[in-house]
Amino acid sequence: MAEKLLMIALSPTMEQGTIHKWHVKEGESFSTGDILCDVETDKTTMEYEAPDDAVLLKILIKEGGQATVGQPIAVYGEMGDEISDILRELKEKEDTDPNAENAGAGERDGKNKTAVPEPKPESPESSSGTRITASPLARKIAGEKGIDLRRIKGSGPGGRIIKKDVEAFKPSAIPSISSNIPISGDDTKIPLSDKRTIIAKRLSESKYSAPHFYLTLKADMTRLIESRLRFNEDHPESKTSLNAWIMKLTAEALKRHPEINATWNSDSILKFFHVHIGLAVAQKDGLITPLVKAVEMKKISQIDEELKVLIDKAKNNRLTPDEYTGATFTISNLGSWGIEEFTAIINPPGSAILALGAIQKIPVVIHDQIVIRPMMAMTLSCDHRVIDGAAGADFMKTLKSYLEDPALAMI
Amino acid sequence: MSEFNYDLIVIGAGPGGYVSAIRASQLGMNVAVIEKDNPGGVCLNWGCIPSKSLISQAQKFTYLKDLENMGIKTDASGFNYESVYKKSRLAAAKLSKGVEFLLKKNKIELIKGAAKISGNNTITVDGDKQYTANKILIATGSRPRIIPGFEFDEAGVLSSTGALNLKTLPKSVAIIGAGAIGVEFAYIFNSFGVKVHLVEMLDSILPLEDKDASDILAKAFKKNSVKIYTSVKASISEKMSSGYKVKLEADGEPEFIDVEKILVAVGRTPNSDNLGLENLGIKTDRGFIETGDFYETSVPGIYAIGDVINTPLLAHVASKEGEIAVEHMAGKGHEKRVDPTLIPGAVYTEPQIAGFGYTEMKAHEAGFPVKVFSFPFRGAGKAVAVEESDGFVKLVCHEETHEILGAHIVGKEATELIHEILLARKSELLPEDIAAMIHAHPTLSEAVMEAARGIEEWAIHV
Repeated sequence: MAEKLLMIALSPTMEQGTIHKWHVKEGESFSTGDILCDVETDKTTMEYEAPDDAVLLKILIKEGGQATVGQPIAVYGEMGDEISDILRELKEKEDTDPNAENAGAGERDGKNKTAVPEPKPESPESSSGTRITASPLARKIAGEKGIDLRRIKGSGPGGRIIKKDVEAFKPSAIPSISSNIPISGDDTKIPLSDKRTIIAKRLSESKYSAPHFYLTLKADMTRLIESRLRFNEDHPESKTSLNAWIMKLTAEALKRHPEINATWNSDSILKFFHVHIGLAVAQKDGLITPLVKAVEMKKISQIDEELKVLIDKAKNNRLTPDEYTGATFTISNLGSWGIEEFTAIINPPGSAILALGAIQKIPVVIHDQIVIRPMMAMTLSCDHRVIDGAAGADFMKTLKSYLEDPALAMI
Repeated sequence: MSEFNYDLIVIGAGPGGYVSAIRASQLGMNVAVIEKDNPGGVCLNWGCIPSKSLISQAQKFTYLKDLENMGIKTDASGFNYESVYKKSRLAAAKLSKGVEFLLKKNKIELIKGAAKISGNNTITVDGDKQYTANKILIATGSRPRIIPGFEFDEAGVLSSTGALNLKTLPKSVAIIGAGAIGVEFAYIFNSFGVKVHLVEMLDSILPLEDKDASDILAKAFKKNSVKIYTSVKASISEKMSSGYKVKLEADGEPEFIDVEKILVAVGRTPNSDNLGLENLGIKTDRGFIETGDFYETSVPGIYAIGDVINTPLLAHVASKEGEIAVEHMAGKGHEKRVDPTLIPGAVYTEPQIAGFGYTEMKAHEAGFPVKVFSFPFRGAGKAVAVEESDGFVKLVCHEETHEILGAHIVGKEATELIHEILLARKSELLPEDIAAMIHAHPTLSEAVMEAARGIEEWAIHV
């Protein structure tokens, strides 16, 4: 059956609106929730959502036309529905009533007064009209669920929206998505391990209390790779890892930039004497950062030996607290996973963490020539309470130069 | 012209049948009602109505004590129970006449006799006269249930019908079954000075009511010397010249009581036999006719409502079911069946008990998060002034939405007071709506308002 689409109050204070644009043409069908038209109100332009699945049979207020709240702006229903009765009725109202704006609402009220008090299964106006009749309980539940009552059809006496209607209401967008995807299975709840609790607590604390900023650059690793290769060829019995080399060069850079090897102490900043560098190691159920102490005083081979032991202990959960607490600086390397670059969360008490990406052979421009070089992206996360941008950048510049030409670190 | 004599024939002119017939007539149907007895059914002739007459007179009798408290000397020696009985019959007769008048006014034909459904559209009355109808509504009601060992003779072992037909009072009575009927008779008999032994198999009187409510009544009964036996199985151990020796068995040693008469009130049996249901294939379950939506039986066009189907055996339920059925026949209405949580129950003792929906316990069992508030009558000025402060209004609500799940009232006028809350529940109003409405002072209805405020955490008079 064809029904009138009434102008509704799209904002609490709206009394009338101008139809800015019809998105649906006469004869086109629409679904619940589709935007039928844009309405300019006293404040802004609002979207008028379709209250039902139907066909727009007749537009009564053309674009640019005005309608007061409660005035019919269109007729909708099913294709082929007879609308001449409605149009005639509207015409008559207009002819007899100079204030025809509220024709729809007025007519409804009048009808109700004379009607036999029989239960009415449905009152279509309730879904598109100005006055929403709903039981207090239905209103409360709709409010709690954030459901717009205008989109619900009432099944109570006189078309009143009752609890059952609100509970049965499903926003149209959801079923259309979910109906195509068979969803089954239960989510799994995993109780927190102590380790997970500590990781969550420490990293949240760090991220929430230390204002992080990030500095990224790429270093050309050609020479370092060569040096390491040569050393490893000469000492096949004690091959050194790239991490050991980077750790040593980082310690050298930190020695030149002691402001990076420091911590925030609330009322002061503490510069550490030694450089204790932690290395993030992934575990089955978390991660841990064993540290090599006083890196600046150790040789690369020594660092590498210590790292081998520490990493093995870390993977087997056998580190003592002394071996994983107190890093003044941390390195996290996700290069072996192929990660190009990333940012890490600072590992207190350090004030910076260096995130290393994979070494990738990429074209770079050197002396106006495009050449292919093994480049490594690295990102320094800094605690801005301790490290300013320029200081961090200076350190990164030094570190880059050491990685690109390890000999410079000897100077 | 229609191919049938009537659009609808209703079998039974009780509160289910006659209301259905009138509603059908209002909806434009041509209706006949077949009744083998007086119009009005059990309710009007041998149930609710005459018992209310007895209860009202019993209550007046108890006022004698109040008068004595004012120093008035009373003399009950001329008390004649038969005049009490006659008044109750007069009330029944008046109302039965009234039903007859209403049927006539609505142009409904009243056919006297016993009906049998002989075809999908045919009814035979008293074995010979045949009537046809497009639709048939069975509203034949129920009769007191017989339990083995307590067969009614209506002289010594009485049904509720026999009890209502007593012209003299016994000295003592054992009432088997402490449901609504049992406790109402306990109140009547006790008020007129009969020694009452009230026997219940379950663990409390009015076992289906809210526990707090039945406790208050039990207390009132005990105060008035009604002997209550719960969790007890009764049997007649000996018939004596002066009455019966009744054996009461619980866990321990059996107890024996001597009583002049026994009233058995342990439920009711549906009147579904001798209707010819089996010929049509209409299904029954332990005598109750099975029905689906709109109370239609397994045979389309034949409906059944009231005590003859397995829904609460209450006159107002029968009436409502009948309305739903005939509205469906007329293509109107959309309610499929009565919502059992919207059926009020009423017990006419002193204090009265009324309620609907979930009791506190049932709400918990159903898994609702429950919020309960009970406002005592003594907090309502009117109740104190008229010396009726025993009682309470208890609301059982959903803890989060405060939706009213049930309400239970004990005390003066409880059976009238319940409807404000039931209207709220039916219309999905919330306690806050009742709480915010002005209630006249002083009234008992203020207790309803205060209970609603209690749910909202702002009851004033507690």
